[in-house]
Amino acid sequence: MEVGIVGYGVYIPRYRLKVEEIAKIWGGDAERIKRGLFLEEKSVPGPDEDAATIAVEAARNAVKRAGINPQEIGAIYVGSESHPYAVKPTATIVAEAIEATPDLTAADFEFACKAGTAGIQTCMGMVGSDMIKYGMAIGTDTAQGAPGDPLEYTAAAGGGAVIVGKDGAQTLATIDDTYSYTTDTPDFWRREMRPYPKHGGRFTGKPAYFKHVLSAAHGLLRKLQLTPKDFTYAVFHQPNGKFPLQAGKELGFTKEQIMLGLITPKIGNTYSGASMIGLAAVLDQAKPGDRILVVSFGSGAGSDAFSITVKDGIETKRDAAPKVADYVNRKVNIDYATYTKFRQLLVR
Amino acid sequence: MRKVAIIGVGLTKFGELWDISFRRMITEAGARAIEDAGIDGKRIDAMYVGNMSAGQFIRQEHIASLIADQAGLTPIPCTRVEAACASGGLALRQAMISVASGIHDIVVAAGIEKMTDVLAEQTTEALATAADQEWEAFVGATFPGIYALMARRHMYEFGTTEEQMARVAVKNHHNACFNPCAQYQMEITVEDVLNSSPVNTPLKLLDCSPITDGAACVILAPADKAREFTDTPVIIAGTGQASDTISLHDRLTLTGLAAAKKAAELAYKMAGVGPNDMDLAEVHDCFTIAEIMAIEDLGFCKKGDGGKVTEQGETAIGGRIPINTSGGLKGKGHPVGATGIAQAVEITQQLRGEAGKRQVNGAEIGLTHNVGGSGGTVVVHIMKRGD
Repeated sequence: MEVGIVGYGVYIPRYRLKVEEIAKIWGGDAERIKRGLFLEEKSVPGPDEDAATIAVEAARNAVKRAGINPQEIGAIYVGSESHPYAVKPTATIVAEAIEATPDLTAADFEFACKAGTAGIQTCMGMVGSDMIKYGMAIGTDTAQGAPGDPLEYTAAAGGGAVIVGKDGAQTLATIDDTYSYTTDTPDFWRREMRPYPKHGGRFTGKPAYFKHVLSAAHGLLRKLQLTPKDFTYAVFHQPNGKFPLQAGKELGFTKEQIMLGLITPKIGNTYSGASMIGLAAVLDQAKPGDRILVVSFGSGAGSDAFSITVKDGIETKRDAAPKVADYVNRKVNIDYATYTKFRQLLVR
Repeated sequence: MRKVAIIGVGLTKFGELWDISFRRMITEAGARAIEDAGIDGKRIDAMYVGNMSAGQFIRQEHIASLIADQAGLTPIPCTRVEAACASGGLALRQAMISVASGIHDIVVAAGIEKMTDVLAEQTTEALATAADQEWEAFVGATFPGIYALMARRHMYEFGTTEEQMARVAVKNHHNACFNPCAQYQMEITVEDVLNSSPVNTPLKLLDCSPITDGAACVILAPADKAREFTDTPVIIAGTGQASDTISLHDRLTLTGLAAAKKAAELAYKMAGVGPNDMDLAEVHDCFTIAEIMAIEDLGFCKKGDGGKVTEQGETAIGGRIPINTSGGLKGKGHPVGATGIAQAVEITQQLRGEAGKRQVNGAEIGLTHNVGGSGGTVVVHIMKRGD
C-alpha cells in the first residue's frame, strides 16, 4: 500500500499554566512534580477555543503545506476525547471551515489519546484502495483533568492534522507500514455525562501505556525486520515527559532519537494531539532519508505504530505554515485564577 | 493440648499484582507451602483463611468455599477469619488451636488480600471500615489520621522525633531489599521520608505502609508428627490474643496498645519466655510510629525509648533485637489479611536459617505481632526452632 504524507499542520493554544501555579493551589511540591513528570508547564485553551477550533487551525496549516485544493479531500476524520458535541460531528465543522464540503465523507473518532492515529490508518486504507484521493486525519483535544487530580498538571490542549495521499512526487514522507496492538484494558475512562475522566493511578503505567506502546513498537519492528538503529527519530505518545523516554530506553532508542519529538515537557499532554504534534516537530527539522518511528497510545487500550521515511518534498513544504516550535514559543503564562475562568470552572 | 509445628510455608510476590487474580494468588501461595512441606494435599484436614474485606475489594464474600474449591480441597472444612489487619494472625491462631485440640492433624493457615482492583480512595474507605464507624469513620477519621494522633502524643510525651520515625522506614526498606517477595526492594533515606508528601502530620507518605496484593500460607501439624515432613520444624511455642476498645478515644493511653501488651504477656507466659529471650520479631509497622510503639509494648525497650533504640540501630539486622527483617509492612507490603501469616513465614524462614542475606545469625526464637485496626485486636505468636 503505497501511501504517504502530503501535508501536516499543528495548532497549540497560546496560554500556559506552570506546574508551580497548580502545586501552589493544591499543596504539591512543584520541584518534585516537575522532576517526576519531566514537565514544566501545560497549554490552556483560551475562552473561545475548543477541540473544533484547534482542529480547524491544524487542518488549515496542513492544507497550506500540502498545497492541494481542499475539494480533493475525500475524507476527514477527527479524533478527540473532547469533541464539543456528544452528537454532531466536529469533522463537519472542520470540513466546512477548510472548504472541503460537500463531496466527502467525514466522521469523529474516539479512542482516548490515539483516535488521531486511528484516523491516519483509516485514511491509509481509503487512499491505498483508491476510494479517495486525499484523506485528512486530525487528533485534537482540550483535555480534562479534575481540579486537584494529578491529571491536572498535564491535561493540555492542542492538535495535529495529517493529509494522506498516494505516495509520489507530492508526498513529503512515505508511510512505510503500520501495526496496531489493542486489548480491553480499563486504565483510564470517562463515562457519559461526566465532566472528568477517572484513572487507575499507577495502573495506567506498566499494564497500560508501557505494555501497549512496547508491544506495538516490537510488532512493527518485527514486521519490517528493523531495529531501533534503523530509525533517526522516535516519537511516542507523551502523557508526561518521562514515559516516552522510559519506553524508548526499554526498546533500545537513545535519548537523542527521542528528544526532538518530545514536546510534552513544554506544553503538557495534548491527548489525541500528542503523538501527532511530536511527529510534526520531527518533520519540521528532519532531512530526506530520515526514518521516524511513531507510536501512539490510547487508554482503553491500544497503540498504533508507524514507520515513516522522510522524502525530498519536505524541504519545499515545511515552511508553508507555522512550525511546532513557533507555537511552543508563542506563549502567555496565566495564573490559576485565570485558568479556572478560561476552563469555565469559575462562572458568573 | 498438643504441641504444634509449622511444616511448610509459601508466599506470593507482594505488590501490585494486576494480572494475578484473588483465586490465583491463594492457590499460588498454597501450592508453594504444600511443596515446601512435601505433603500430599489429600492429607490436609482443615483450612483457616484470614481476609479482611474481599467483599469490599473484589465484591466476593464466602471466600472460604471459593478457596477450598480453587485449591481442590473440598470437602474439608474451610473457615474465613476476620479481624481487620489482624485477620491473618487470627487465622494462624485458630488453625493452631484446632491442631492443638486434636480435632485436626494437618491444617492450613492462610491469609490473602487483593487490594488493587479498586481505586486508591476506595481502598482507603474500605480500610476505614476497620475503625469505629459511628465514632471515628463517620467524622472522617481514616487510619493515617488515627495513627497520626498516636504519633503526636508519643512525640509530646517521650520526645520521639520525626527523624526517629523515618529511621523505621529506612531500616525496613533496607531489609526489604534482601527479600525477593517484597513490594519495595529499594533503599530510601531519612531525607526521602522527611521530604515525602504529607499524609496526616506528622506522618508522611513514606511513614505509611502501602496498598498491596498478596497471599501467604503456612501448614501446621502436631509437633510429634512434624519430622515426617521436614527436618526443620518450627514450633509455635506461644499464642496470645487480646481485644481493646475499637475507638482510640475510649482508651486510657494513646501511646501504646493495651491489647498488644496483654497478647504478648499471654504468649510469653505460654512459651515460658520473656522479651529478652527473643532473637528477632516481625511487628505490625502499618505506620512507622506503630513499630516504635510495638517494640515498647512487647518489652524490647523501655516505654518511650522506641524511637531512641531505633535510631541507635538496635532493631537493625545485626542489632540487639532485629525487627522486621522481612521488610515489614512498610517494605515488604501490607496485603492486610495476609500480613499475619506472612510474618509467620518470615520467622519460620529465619529459624530454619533460610533467610539469605537478611538472615539473623543463630536465630532460635522469634515473635510475630499482628494488629487489627488501631489496636482493637492484637495477636502475638512465639516460635521456636524445633528440637
